[in-house]
Parts: sequence; C-alpha cells; structure tokens
Amino acid sequence: MKYARLIFANLFRKKVRLILTIGSFSVALFLFTFLGVVKSAFSRGTEIAGADRLVTINRIGLINVLPLSYGDKIRAVPGVKAVTHNHWFGGVYQDERNFFPQFVIDVENHRKVMNEFKVADDQWNNFIKDRQGAIAGTTLAKRFGWKVGDRIPIKNALYGATKTWEFNLDGIYHDDKPGGDDSQFWLQWKYFDENVPEVIKSTAGWYVLKLDSADDAATVAKAIDYQFANSSNETKTETESAFAAGFAKQLGNIELLILIIGGVVFFTLLLVTGNTMAISVRERTAELAVLKAIGFSGPTVMFFVLAESLTIALFGGLLGLGLAILAIPVVGTALRGLLPTLVVSGSVLALGLAAAVLVGGASGILPGIGALRLRVVDALRRV
Amino acid sequence: MPIPLVYNVRSVRARWTSAIVAVLGIAGTVGVFIAMLSLAKGFKATLISSGSDDNAIIMRAGSTSELTGGVALDSVKIIQDAPGIARGPEGPLVTPEIVIIAPIPLISTGTDANVQIRGVTKNVLHIRRNIRIVEGQMFTPGLAEIIVGKNATKSYSGLTLGNTIRLGTVRWKIVGVFDAGDTSFDSEVWADAKLLGPAFGRGENFFQSVTVHLQNPGTLQQLRDALTADPRLNVDVAREVDYYTKQSGRLTSLITILGGLVAAIMAIGAVFGALNTMYSAVSERGREIATMRAIGFGGPSVVFSFVIEALLIALVGGLLGCLAVLKLNGVTTGAMNLQTFSHVAFAFKITPLLLAQGIIFALVMGVIGGLLPAIRAAAQPVASALRSL
Repeated sequence: MKYARLIFANLFRKKVRLILTIGSFSVALFLFTFLGVVKSAFSRGTEIAGADRLVTINRIGLINVLPLSYGDKIRAVPGVKAVTHNHWFGGVYQDERNFFPQFVIDVENHRKVMNEFKVADDQWNNFIKDRQGAIAGTTLAKRFGWKVGDRIPIKNALYGATKTWEFNLDGIYHDDKPGGDDSQFWLQWKYFDENVPEVIKSTAGWYVLKLDSADDAATVAKAIDYQFANSSNETKTETESAFAAGFAKQLGNIELLILIIGGVVFFTLLLVTGNTMAISVRERTAELAVLKAIGFSGPTVMFFVLAESLTIALFGGLLGLGLAILAIPVVGTALRGLLPTLVVSGSVLALGLAAAVLVGGASGILPGIGALRLRVVDALRRV
Repeated sequence: MPIPLVYNVRSVRARWTSAIVAVLGIAGTVGVFIAMLSLAKGFKATLISSGSDDNAIIMRAGSTSELTGGVALDSVKIIQDAPGIARGPEGPLVTPEIVIIAPIPLISTGTDANVQIRGVTKNVLHIRRNIRIVEGQMFTPGLAEIIVGKNATKSYSGLTLGNTIRLGTVRWKIVGVFDAGDTSFDSEVWADAKLLGPAFGRGENFFQSVTVHLQNPGTLQQLRDALTADPRLNVDVAREVDYYTKQSGRLTSLITILGGLVAAIMAIGAVFGALNTMYSAVSERGREIATMRAIGFGGPSVVFSFVIEALLIALVGGLLGCLAVLKLNGVTTGAMNLQTFSHVAFAFKITPLLLAQGIIFALVMGVIGGLLPAIRAAAQPVASALRSL
C-alpha cells in the first residue's frame, strides 16, 4: 500500500468532519446491531427449539389442561424416546413487574427431554429430595441476588385461593445452547399437585416429547393427535419451533417494524456519508486535477476516493459494533422481564460490518466516478 | 443588529444538497419517534378506554388479571345484594364473567392467535354502555350463540355473521357483530357464560370476575367497603378503568422504552449529520462571514443567524417527518398483550401533542447541531479570513 500515507493525510485534513462521519457510521451500526439483536430475541424461541422435540397441548387452548395418564400413552407411540410434562405456575415474586417464567417440572423425565439445561448433580439430587425445592437459571438468580439455600416466597392466585408458596433454592441451572434461556424458575410437580384444587390434580399443562429422530416429527404428531381424537381431551401436537413461532407471530409485526426502522437508518446513513464524500471531493477538485496532471491515472485517483470512504466506513463500523457489544448487555439488563435475553450473535455483527462496507463503497462511488472522469484542463482552469 | 432571515433562506437554497441530507436525517428520526410513541399510545388508549369510570370489576384477592381469578356462584349472589350497585329493569346490573383464550387463525397470516372469549350475561349491554350491536342481534341466553367484536370479525378467520365455529366442545352460531368503540372488547368474542364454561371444561357456576355498574362513580368506595368487610368473600374491588390501565402496562412500557432508545440513538446520528452540514456551510462561507463582520454585524448576530439556519433545516425535517407518519394514524395492527397473552387489535394514534413533541424534538436537534458551528463561525478572525481570499 504505497498510497496509504496519502490516503491518511487526506482523511485527517478535516478532523471534525472525519470524527462526525465516523460518528454517524458508528451510531448507525450500533442501531443496526441493536435492532438485529432485538429481532432475533423475539424469534429466538423458534431458533433454539430442539428439532427433535414436539409439544402436545389441549386442542381447546393452552389454558386447558390434559390428564396425567396421557404421558404413558404418548410414550408408547413408536418414535417417541422420552416424555415430560409441565405446568405454568404463573406466580408473582414480590411485585408484578418482577415477571419471570415459572415451570412446574416432572423431575423423573425433565432432564431426559430438556437435555440442554445443565444442573450440577449434587444440586439436582438435593432438589429431588426436597419437596419444596426449586431451581433457578443463572440470569434469574443473578437478577435477584439468590444463592443456593435461599427461601423464596411466590404468591400465586392461579390455583385455588391466593396464597404464598415457599420454595428452597436448591440449585442453579445453565442453558448449554448459545442464546439459551437462563431466566426460568422450576418447581416440583409433586409439591404443586398436593396444593392445587381437585380439578387441577393429576393433570399436565402440556407435554414435551423427545423423538428418536427429527424426521418422524410429522408422523408422530399425527399419531398422537389421532389417538386422542374424539376423546374429552383432544390434543394438538406440533414441533417446538412451530409452537414458539405461534407465540412470536402474535407479538405483532415486530419484524416489519424493525425492517422499516432499519431501512430508514440505512438510507439516512447513505445520504450523510455520500454527501460528506461529495463535499470533500468537490473541495479538492484542483488537487485531484494536479494528481492527474503529474501522471496518476484516472482509476488510481478514483481508488484514492473510494479507499477514503471505505476506510471511514470500516472504522465507523467497527466502532459501532464495539459499542454495541459493550452496551447491549446493559440495555438487556434494564429491559429484563420485558424482553427475552439479548444476545449479540456473530452473524448479526458480520452482517453489520458487511452493511457498513457496502454503504462506504456506495457512497464513494459517485464522487469516485466524478474523479475518474475529471478533465485536467477544465479543473485546473477553474482554480 | 440581526442578520436578515432571508439570508439564511437563500443560503439553505444555495447549498440544497447538503441541506436535504440534514433534513432527511432529522425527518427520519422524528418519524420513527412519533411512530413508536403513537403505537404505544394507541395500545394504551385501546385498553384504557375499555374500562369505564362508573363500572367496578371484582376479582379474587391477589389476582393480577381476569384470567387468574375465580369467583364462585355463591359469592356472585352476595355481590349482587351489595350497596352502590345500579339496578336495571331486571335487577342489579351485575355480570359475572369468565374469560377463556382459544386459538383462532389470523386472516392475515393463517397462524393461530390467542383470542379472548368472554362469557357474559345478557344485561352486559346495560353495564358496558359504550357497546352497541351493529349487525345481527344479541345472543339468546341458553343457546349456543356468540357475538363478535368488529375487529375480531375482521382479524380472525371464520368469525363472520351467520357462520358457525367450534370453540371448545361446542359449535357456536355467530348471530351478531358489536362495536365497542375501538376498545379491546372489539377483539373479543362473547357468549353466554353459563354455556361457555362447560364447553371449556369449567363448571357452570364458576366465574373469573364480576363487573358491576355503579350508581355513580362515587359509590365505588361504599361497594369496596361492603365487600372487603364481608367475611364470606375474599375479593379485590377495582375501578374498571384502573384495572385496564394496569393491564396495558407491560406492552406499553416495552414499546416506549424500545422506541425511546431507538429514537435517542437515531437523534445522535441526525445531530452528527446536522453538524456536518453546518460545519461545511461555515467553512465554505468563511469569506461571507468575514465580510458581514467587517461591515458591522456583531459576533452574536452571526451565531444567532447560523442557529436560525440550523433551526430552519430542523423545522423542515421535523415537518417532513410528521407528514410522513401521519398516514399511519388509524392504521390497525395487532399485538399480544403481555399481561394476558391474548391478542388485541389496536390502531396507531397520532395526536396533535405527539406531533408537537416531534417538532420540538427536531428543533432541539437543530440547536445542538447548529450551535457549535455557529460559534466557530463567529470566532473566526475577520482579517485573516478576508486575507485568505
């Protein structure tokens, strides 16, 4: 790069302008990354869902329960490897705003089906023995400063009269998958079943089943629903990702909204840098003409202009991505309970950087062509 | 002596390309700002207007929403005789209700949405007075008939007048469409509570909430005192409008925080754009400024003039942003209420106040973007600027 010094000298000619342009690039890239992360947080359920897992719910709707006896019948369906059942506990810890998902779990089968959740064996064994035991995810425990051994009161109005249930925190789990959900709270089905009204006893909110092979998903789902058709509790079985997508879709057109905002940002950015490049080339028309007059070819001069805008784009882009990596976890903490965990993924970063380079190239191309076509005689005469 | 305004207008016109960039940057920011806030406002307004001042909702103590409540028939009977409740021709205006969430496909995407199905009693129309049947008629108690909200019939498939649909274990005939004045009830389906419970495996005499019409808004306290003092009951009494305000909380704060954050970040970008434009305006105009100073305009007039120019650009940007999003007003969209996990249709609501906020936002960006370049312009020494000619 024998021209590097010339390009850098030109870059630093107007320091304020350079800082501002790099600044607008980094702001745009920051926003781009932020929107990308929020978007993937909403669709994460779909992305991290196990391909070899199905969810069976009551056909009438999610809030209707299924008999516990369905578990064995589902397990007997060919192609099903393991079955576990859950309930939605839906209690309130201290204040309604402290929302986090609480699942009633079946300790015998939970780890066979949900094998991405890791709990230390000694903690798990304590949990099984302790009827009032509970396990919390790492982020959840951190959020409220819980330690193993803490007593956690949760108020519940969903099952029978409103009362406070007491739990002992026996363990902390961690989700193995990248971007996994570490915000859940688990309690034992046995403790739950003893304390709920008669109509809820011996029921499951939904079943999650693990298949021998993901290829069988459609046939197994059909076989299960067929088995319970025309019974008093018909079922609806779908893949975990379809189940999660159903939830995400109802949140409204978040994707469209994000796409529109992203588009507005991108367009504005293109204008700002395009304009800056145009101004700086216009100011230097005479210089470019001199360069050409002393023998630099048209393409080389065009390369100077393009290299300048690409350098700005690259610096601004990297700065914005760095800011995003630092700031997004902070934003995620501020928004916890409202949004799923925000995770900055490599693919969002790569996409952002590619976008920055693209805008840098696009905004340099017009002034660059201007420089390429510049006629030395005309340009020098204007001076 | 101030520099005439026409100077700024002309100079913006002379440098229109870079002015347009700054204008569009500010317009985009203002547009996003207003759109996000109007979304939150629309959702909140839809839920809040669902509640009325002279209704009270009674739920089991500690319940956070109707879905988690439970009120038995004997409690309903006690509530009916409580003081403060208005009476209609058929007795006290009390509707014990159940709320169920059932999956019905959205017309737009074909995927299931959680639709709120509400079991009511016939006198509900005397209690929620903003609701009118616009097509067909009210359901007949004891028959498998339902009426649907005007947004429900537009958003969910199969909910058209005269059609039958299976919900729970029963096939229901749709006999009417009601208009609830753009409230969340417009996204609901209503049936006779006595039939709806059993269709979803609930008891016939089990309800989740009781809504009553008060004699006047002031009798709420009287009712609350009577019910909470009664040892046979364990209930909370809330004004309906307060209940719905609380219901809108989570989604509204999510949209407001996210929208505010995005608009703030965009504002920084737009200020950078404005600064760039104004700085290059100042550096291109070194001679002009020096000439003005030489013929007697003072430093403060120059600062003032450049800030005015930035404000002019910001104002045009702000107006453009407002104009661009104005079309969104009234556009209906749907979202899941994070409190009840049910789907609610609502519209963007752009109010004059929001537009004014957008313009003020633009002007603030203009001042920030214009002040520093203006000070630099005024600080340039006159003699050397003129000599560089």
